[in-house]
Amino acid sequence: MWVWRELVRAAVKENPSFVLVLGNCPTLAVTVAVINGFWMAVAATGVLIGSNVIIAMLRKIIPNEIRIPCFVIVIGGFVTMAEMLLKAYVSEDINRALGVFIPLIVVNCIIFGRAEAYAYTHTAAEGLVDGVGMGIGYLFALLLISAIREVAGAGTFLGLQVFRGYQPAYIMIMAPGAFLVIGLLLGVINTIRLSLAKRAQPVDYARPITSKEMAAAGK
Amino acid sequence: MPVAMTYTMGIGSFFTIMLSMVFVSNFVLAQFLGLCPFLGVTKRTDSAVGMGLAVIFVMTMASSVTWIVYHYVLLPESVSGFNIFSGIVGKNTSLELVLKTMSYILVIATLVQLVELVMKKNTPALYRALGIYLPLITTNCAVLGVALLNTTNTSEVLDFWAATIQGFWAGVGFLLVMVLMSGIRERIDMLPVPEAMRGIPIAFICTAMMALSFMGFGGLTG
Repeated sequence: MWVWRELVRAAVKENPSFVLVLGNCPTLAVTVAVINGFWMAVAATGVLIGSNVIIAMLRKIIPNEIRIPCFVIVIGGFVTMAEMLLKAYVSEDINRALGVFIPLIVVNCIIFGRAEAYAYTHTAAEGLVDGVGMGIGYLFALLLISAIREVAGAGTFLGLQVFRGYQPAYIMIMAPGAFLVIGLLLGVINTIRLSLAKRAQPVDYARPITSKEMAAAGK
Repeated sequence: MPVAMTYTMGIGSFFTIMLSMVFVSNFVLAQFLGLCPFLGVTKRTDSAVGMGLAVIFVMTMASSVTWIVYHYVLLPESVSGFNIFSGIVGKNTSLELVLKTMSYILVIATLVQLVELVMKKNTPALYRALGIYLPLITTNCAVLGVALLNTTNTSEVLDFWAATIQGFWAGVGFLLVMVLMSGIRERIDMLPVPEAMRGIPIAFICTAMMALSFMGFGGLTG
């Protein structure tokens, strides 16, 4: 049961893009098309799971003072693997669109942050579950942002036309559109979180006044 | 058989590099690099300036050092003319794909550490001013980004000085946007922003407006 709870925590309650607001450079840069967002999320998730598991396994061996260089080496190794796998199995166009952001996974705050804040103090199994959960959350975020941007900015979804006779708002697939979409999405998510927090502690004006409150008011 | 490379950037294009890096393809607003410090350290102007200056310094150093690493360590001797490992790996073996990410991040991490030590010894005042921002630069994706865009992910082959100058002006562009953003955020603090939009969301909306206005520089480099 802890697996499910941890997955929900990592993917929803600590969603890397929408709640922790970490590693937003690739989130904004590659989300001009849904397919780019998908491959970016797959690459980052693979690196995250791999580095989480390896760092959790090595946590007793890695000395505290030099942990950052050790994390960098582990993450860098997985990033190199991810880059070579993408070059081998994914089309040239997608590789060009992802471009510099695949090697840049090595300095992605999400992966670094999970290594430092979670994997270094947990077991390999917990690291694996955390990596999978974070990956699902990241994939969801990238797909949502890229779907909005692709549909609004190009009028297509996964390259297929959505509306007939729709004049695309090109600004959405350019830089300002990315900032606008994530700003508004964060606003929507904060609104939901605020209303959930209010519902968790309702103010009941109709309840009778307790003797303790009477005493406090009288004082 | 790899072909030997020729450098296409000349001294006349340095002005173009400046315009391009500061305004047209600004690292933060057009290329989405370095967003973490951009959102994290722009709450106050003085810390934004400190971070920006430290980034200019490290970016310039990192550009030149990674250029040397790329051309004389990673590329095969038959392409770049010289490789320190050619005695071991042979004239035609490229180490680029396997060692690029690892070597660059190690170079940058070492460089930041070195800069920190030298500054602590020689310019304690500057060190105290930048102190807390220096270690953060290692994980700033703009620094690794400029190194990659100078060498592996470039459309035209840059020579050493073009790469160094591109790194410097990319840092200046970063500083410019950091200062502008911190000014905006200091003013926003005094405004009645809806509760759900406070902090990061409204900062993103402002960034969108800035990116929109920076698109006006689009035609400058022709």
